[in-house]
Amino acid sequence: MYGALWRVLPGPLALRVLLALLLALAVVAVCFVWVFPTVAPYLPFNETTVEDTAP
Amino acid sequence: MRAARAVVGGLGELMVTAGVLMLLFLSWQLWWTDVVADRAQDRTTEALLQQWDADADADADANAGPVGAGQAGGGGEQVDENTQQSAQQDAAVLSALPGQALAVMRVPAFGAGWVRPVLAGTGTEVLQQGVGHYDGAALPGEVGNFAVAGHRTTYGAPFGPIADLVVGDAVVVETATEFHVYRVTGSQIVRPGDVEVIAPVPDRPGEQPTQAVLTLTSCHPMFSARERYVVHALLETSTPREAGPPAVLTAGGVG
Repeated sequence: MYGALWRVLPGPLALRVLLALLLALAVVAVCFVWVFPTVAPYLPFNETTVEDTAP
Repeated sequence: MRAARAVVGGLGELMVTAGVLMLLFLSWQLWWTDVVADRAQDRTTEALLQQWDADADADADANAGPVGAGQAGGGGEQVDENTQQSAQQDAAVLSALPGQALAVMRVPAFGAGWVRPVLAGTGTEVLQQGVGHYDGAALPGEVGNFAVAGHRTTYGAPFGPIADLVVGDAVVVETATEFHVYRVTGSQIVRPGDVEVIAPVPDRPGEQPTQAVLTLTSCHPMFSARERYVVHALLETSTPREAGPPAVLTAGGVG
């Protein structure tokens, strides 16, 4: 799939590299800002309280 | 043959992608949440302290009466405007929090610069913004159990060094009006369901409290939800805020 992506990117090599880097950065940003904060509470790394409902 | 190669190649790419995403998640959880939370918690602490100072000043001005007000009238307008603006910013920071800010906590044993806001509630969002005060627990300095929870890893890790606390270490809780100094009396490791550690009399649910105690809870072992690390402390002194910080804070950070 990365091969297909590379072929879809337009322009000379330098432009393609730049576009690929920008795409990668966008993916990282989306993960950091939306995906990871949403997923994190469901993972069992960070439970600090004592509560009745705990397993 | 060609098709099979394409399928295997695609699978490989997917796996590499999954691996990279997991590494990304780890770096977000272990590094980025600390960066964001440290900054936010410092801002909260600063806003809270400034608001308390402003409130104390306003009280003092009100007590001073018309004479004090007359003296301030001359060249003080510019200053007033500035303080008003920063007061608005502070109020904005504080009202955006997921829980009301109750207190500022300092633990000299965690380092002289260690200072964290204490917010009402122990929900996920609250604990990302500071130390969380269990709903219904006693307030700072009150007879009963002032019980709070904090992250030991990630989100600024306020209670990261909690296991370093030893008997006699100071925990200082500053409120709008008072400084409360608690001294650590012991620690224990319990199961997540052992709510009696935050009872008004720790480990004796149902008993009527006669002492003001403090309880810190955090996860144990680190990065795990298996157990909880719990530290208890007993109130030593309460002094008015205008009398200045207690000696444990001013004496070079040694409790």
